[in-house]
Amino acid sequence: MIESFGWPEFMFLVRATGWTLVLTVVAFLFGSIVGGAFAIMRLAQSRILRNVASVYILVIQSVPVLMVLFLSYYGLSLAGFDIPPLIAASLSLGIYVSAYLAEIWRGSIEAVPFQQWEASSSLAMTRGQQYRYVILPQALRISVPPTVGFLVQLVKNTSIVSVVGFVDLARAGQLINNATFQPFQVFGSVAVIYFLICFPLSRLSKHLEKVLHVGRTH
Amino acid sequence: MSAVHIENVHKSFGKLEVLKGVSLTVEAGQVVAIIGRSGSGKSTLLRCINGLETIQSGRIEVVGHTVTYTDEKLRALRKDVGIVFQSYNLFPHLTVGQNIMLAPRITKGVPKEEARAQAEKVLAQVGLSEKFDVYPDNLSGGQQQRVAIARSLAMQPKVMLFDEVTSALDPELTGEVLLVMEELARGGMTMLLVTHEMNFARSVADFTVFMHQGKVWEMGPSEELFSHPKTPELAAFVKSTLK
Amino acid sequence: MQYQFQFNSVLAESGFIMQGILLTIYLSIGSIILGSIIAILFSALRANGPRWVGGLVDVYVELLRNTPFLVQLFIIFFGLPSIGIRLTADQAALLAMTLNLAAYSTEIIRAGVDSIHRSQIEAGLSLAMTKRQIFQHVIIVPAIAKVWPALSSQFVLMLLASSICSFISVQELSGVTAIIEQRTFRSFESYIVATLLYLVLALTLKVGLLGLGRLIFPRVSGLSRVQVKGEAA
Ligand SMILES: Nc1ncnc2c1ncn2[C@@H]1O[C@H](COP(=O)(O)OP(=O)(O)OP(=O)(O)O)[C@@H](O)[C@H]1O
Ligand SMILES: [Mg+2]
Repeated sequence: MIESFGWPEFMFLVRATGWTLVLTVVAFLFGSIVGGAFAIMRLAQSRILRNVASVYILVIQSVPVLMVLFLSYYGLSLAGFDIPPLIAASLSLGIYVSAYLAEIWRGSIEAVPFQQWEASSSLAMTRGQQYRYVILPQALRISVPPTVGFLVQLVKNTSIVSVVGFVDLARAGQLINNATFQPFQVFGSVAVIYFLICFPLSRLSKHLEKVLHVGRTH
Repeated sequence: MSAVHIENVHKSFGKLEVLKGVSLTVEAGQVVAIIGRSGSGKSTLLRCINGLETIQSGRIEVVGHTVTYTDEKLRALRKDVGIVFQSYNLFPHLTVGQNIMLAPRITKGVPKEEARAQAEKVLAQVGLSEKFDVYPDNLSGGQQQRVAIARSLAMQPKVMLFDEVTSALDPELTGEVLLVMEELARGGMTMLLVTHEMNFARSVADFTVFMHQGKVWEMGPSEELFSHPKTPELAAFVKSTLK
Repeated sequence: MQYQFQFNSVLAESGFIMQGILLTIYLSIGSIILGSIIAILFSALRANGPRWVGGLVDVYVELLRNTPFLVQLFIIFFGLPSIGIRLTADQAALLAMTLNLAAYSTEIIRAGVDSIHRSQIEAGLSLAMTKRQIFQHVIIVPAIAKVWPALSSQFVLMLLASSICSFISVQELSGVTAIIEQRTFRSFESYIVATLLYLVLALTLKVGLLGLGRLIFPRVSGLSRVQVKGEAA
């Protein structure tokens, strides 16, 4: 039976959009924790730690997200974990997220003037205290625009998680298209929904960049 | 025991030898000015004293600490040695009060109330009591530098180092900072200051050190050093600064 | 539980893998060349064309940068036939990649164009050049030279994104991997091999583009670069 693209189909897309957003948030949270650790490692005093982090970031950024997804998915199942698609997708995407956030945040930390390190170490702070009270609060502010910008990339990249069995917005579109054969309407709607999520975020990122930049120079 | 004792210190950046055997002793309560041409190694010497730069040979002792490059030792030293930089380096995300209270609280474990009282006291000392809750961005350069001095003072250091603290300021703002330093000197603080303010060095510092080509070229009681330079290099330098 | 890795059956397919690699290279290089040409044209239109044309270019760029490549690919592959344009999967892939890369590159080149000092344009005007001539002879080359690192990372990202074409059964590297996986039942090993190959391809392209940049822009390679980050397609 061939259906046409109507209200129920549209609502299906809307619900799938919810899952795309949930996935984005969970992957982002997971990626932040791992990425934060790698950002700090990348700047550690130990050369070994720095190199390990550099290689991790370089490798993840030099292979397709799709491969990261497949490898972590099959890796996890070989290790004996039988995990639900949402978790599988979030963990795998989280690995991809971590490499990019690590790089963005390393840049933000390095953008804090080195005099702030000198001033704080002259006040007898430990390295941990310097990070916690002086460097990270400033780096955080610097990192907001590029991090929001990266969220756009993440939302777009969630579109491939159907390979680990997750039904997100793009997959929902495929399913509807298989039933309706109205590709323009279906994928057009899917594209519009993605655009409505991504475009405001892109704008926000640009806006924040301007605002925060002005804030720093006066 | 002297407050600062520097013995035959050599310091290079790569191939460039910046300090070529510097020795200098400062007694507790003395104010010593360091003058010299740009690039003569003044800042480097000052930064070696609190371990911001690593020396290749020689020995530095400051109020009972030998400069040793382990985190532990450096922190112990820095609790007793304050430094103020040319570019203030206040923490922009913290208010003036927070800037001052942060280090005593987290590095010395001073209780909150006590840290606050101490902060108010040092802020009054630099004449900025009303700025406690203001962010550094909203202060003039002179005010920021006075806050930086207050921030150092709140650690109750035994020695204070100043590296050209007025050089980044508009001329009309240098006076207020120099005044604060003069009062500190009068209060008995041991001070080492790199400065281009010759009048200040001459009138406030007990001794002045003239650095030239990475060495202590000449030193002596300030008044005498300025009025009767012994080396032609110092004479030329003093002359050039009078213009 | 101990998993026994077995690469033999996967490696036995090396000829097939090679075909996939070649298609990946073909798609990537094809889209880089075509996409760059379009991006330069778009940048010229934006700089010199009528306002509304520049506006259209902006809309195009924003539309493509704010939707997933996969959806763009679906629209082209599944959508175009419904209005009578039939494309093979490979053609659809090349078209989608080209259009996608054109959007990102236009945005990057724009940053380069914006960074060219006004005095350069004024110098051109005072030499009686037309706006088009100024764009062609004075602006575009230094502009691209300045953003070459950003363009290069965008090209590499496109190579990586080409893997998404396996969703419409294009037999590029990930497409052949999916088939090998089904033939051999060695999923993990198949994707390990594919991942390593992508790594080699991406790093090679990166180094190659770096060298190419030195070759085409020898005099400007020391110039200050405009900082623009590549973005995932
Ligand atoms: N981190 C560094 N790396 C390499 N060279 C340095 C570094 N810091 C200082 N130098 C060099 O060491 C020499 C002495 O510098 P220093 O800052 O101590 O001079 P100074 O007497 O304070 O001069 P100024 O009056 O300009 O502040 C200079 O030649 C300088 O270029
Ligand atoms: Mg100096």
